[in-house]
Amino acid sequence: MKRRYTISVFTEDQVGLLNRVTIIFTRRKINIESIAASDSEVANVHRYTIVITETEDMLKKVALQLEKQVEIIKAFYHEDADVVYQELALYKIPTEILVAGKEAEKIVRAHYARVLSVESNFTVIEKTGHKDETQALFDALKPYGILEFVRSGRIAISKPMRTLTSIVEELENNIKIN
Amino acid sequence: MKVVEKEKNQSTSGTRLMSGAQAVVQALIDEGTDLMFGYPGGAIMPVYDALYDVEKELEHILTRHEQGAIHAAQGYARATGKVGVCMATSGPGATNLITGIADAQIDSTPLVCITGQVHSHLLGTDAFQETDVIGISMPVTKWNYQVTKAEEIPIAIAKAFYIARSGRPGPVLVDITKDAQFDELEYKYQPFNGMRSYQTNTQVDMTSVNSAAHLINSAKKPMVLFGQGVILSEAETEFKMFIEKAGIPAAWTIMGLSALDSDHYLNVGMLGMHGNYAPNKMTNECDVLIAVGMRFDDRVTGDLSRYAKQAKVVHLEIDPAEIDKNVKADVAVLGDAKELLLALTKLLNENEHKEWLNEFRQLEREEHDTVIKEELNPSVDELSMGEVLDAINKNTGGEAIVVTDVGQHQMVACRYAKFKQSKSMITSGGLGTMGFCLPAAIGAKMGRPDKEVVAVIGDGGFQMTIQELGTIFQSKTPVKILVLNNEFLGMVRQWQELFFDKRYASTTMINPDFQTIVKGYGIKTAKVTKREDLNAAVSDMINHSGAYFLEVKVGKENNVFPMIPTGASVSEIRLK
Repeated sequence: MKRRYTISVFTEDQVGLLNRVTIIFTRRKINIESIAASDSEVANVHRYTIVITETEDMLKKVALQLEKQVEIIKAFYHEDADVVYQELALYKIPTEILVAGKEAEKIVRAHYARVLSVESNFTVIEKTGHKDETQALFDALKPYGILEFVRSGRIAISKPMRTLTSIVEELENNIKIN
Repeated sequence: MKVVEKEKNQSTSGTRLMSGAQAVVQALIDEGTDLMFGYPGGAIMPVYDALYDVEKELEHILTRHEQGAIHAAQGYARATGKVGVCMATSGPGATNLITGIADAQIDSTPLVCITGQVHSHLLGTDAFQETDVIGISMPVTKWNYQVTKAEEIPIAIAKAFYIARSGRPGPVLVDITKDAQFDELEYKYQPFNGMRSYQTNTQVDMTSVNSAAHLINSAKKPMVLFGQGVILSEAETEFKMFIEKAGIPAAWTIMGLSALDSDHYLNVGMLGMHGNYAPNKMTNECDVLIAVGMRFDDRVTGDLSRYAKQAKVVHLEIDPAEIDKNVKADVAVLGDAKELLLALTKLLNENEHKEWLNEFRQLEREEHDTVIKEELNPSVDELSMGEVLDAINKNTGGEAIVVTDVGQHQMVACRYAKFKQSKSMITSGGLGTMGFCLPAAIGAKMGRPDKEVVAVIGDGGFQMTIQELGTIFQSKTPVKILVLNNEFLGMVRQWQELFFDKRYASTTMINPDFQTIVKGYGIKTAKVTKREDLNAAVSDMINHSGAYFLEVKVGKENNVFPMIPTGASVSEIRLK
């Protein structure tokens, strides 16, 4: 059965690696639903957070083919229950719909969204949350006119406690032994 | 770099001042390269200029096409076990390497490919002969890297060799911009010793070795499938000890062919689509299936949902990504075949499995009576490919390296050629690259000048890289070329006959006179059309000291059997 999984890929900090990562998915025609790239807590280790919907059997194969790449350190996958995850969405709306106690202001409050920037003709709202939450705010604001909308890829922290630092240390020690 | 300059430039810190191009050449020499294949062009000219000074230490073979260069490097690597090296210029030179890189990737061949690239300030501008070879080669390389600064060259080359030859071997590509070739650096050779994100020396997990031994010891009908992993880890002796101690029949993938003597009493033949009857049938009869250094390719397994379902599967494999990829392993043992087999054999009980082996013998007889007898001694006038291979066996005593192209002749060569030594069968297994044979045979012969090298090619594949006759002519490489001419793209025609109502779309070959063409390259030629001339012609070819071309007219519409049709199970293998 297909489920939604979050894959965390830890890599060396190297030009072109994102391409190597995505090739593993595209060659099996797996759609990447979202992807976020950032540093990690370990120096010179990059991480990609990738969301896909697939069977666990496929996830295992993909994770191993990711780890097979020379400059990929580790690839983990988790079901939604095993990660704490968040997304960020930005909404650009006309300022006039917010002023003077209009409905849109109530909506922003009800969704615990933040006002980031107010200009005379537009306002940028920020909402962090799961996709259904940022989507709910989108749907609520839509009747009033959304000028621009963007949502980030999921970023996620895994619940299991093995730290990346300890994994990297172990791998680095292996080289010294050899 | 000239000797005088070398001394002059030797600094106190043990480094030497040289150009990036000279560093490329020096790094290749420091990694043990004495032979490479390539084709020059604008963006790689500084390296070629540096090669001019070291012709004695590092020989460069000019092929007639970059694809020829990389297949030759593959043939060299496969015949010697060393890293093959090839070089090309940017743009079309680099893209012409891609087929060979993909072939080496799927067949785990260690290669270092060096490509020139436009000046770094021109990258991304659609400059003359610029192509994004890093992007293009990414899906088919084990690792690739673009060098834009001269000082990166020594470590990039050292890393390239380390990655190409370690773990599960594969092709790597180092792309070097022209300015990095011109700029100077302080060169010092430093071998590469591994990195945290790429580790190959894993400890043998004795728990899984024990589980594997337990399964094998309790098996009544065990069967071994072996692949190229045995050859790549040079575990031929350990493998033989393993099967002999436990008395287990062993069948091979075409990549594993020659790792075990063809006449060994436990060698039960070839797996897969055109493999032998017994091992395919018995795959679905055995109780424990032990896979050693093989990856359950679809041409080996047929329908996976009906593949060895009755058996417990033990998988000895170096690449973790191969475990459970196609066939679920009950016991997976990760590591180098040599180490694993040593550890495992110690734990095995001596056994013979005589009755089980007899079941193979019965099926072998069936195949012999239905297929092999007619193939080796045809009742018709037309020559068969099998009898030509048999003539090769008789004249070489199984001591030759046989290189093949792709198609019917390849399957026949795998089925009928006899081998006494490992690394003696060189064929494009995974990718199935027509045009592989002729250049690969050149590389194999250069790597193993002491061995007879016979290139077995169809009339189709011969014309895909026929230009490499020029390389043979110039380098005087004494390769024996055997073209089995059926004036068809035989394997495709066979499928058209069996599965497409004999609609022979674009498979008829109206061929030129190969004799005239080959003579133009100064290579001695002969042609056989009659059975009575075959043995003498093959003998003449083998006994000739230089390169030789023998064309044999074979039956136009012969088919290769047995056969497992696509989508069928291994046990549904057809004898006719």
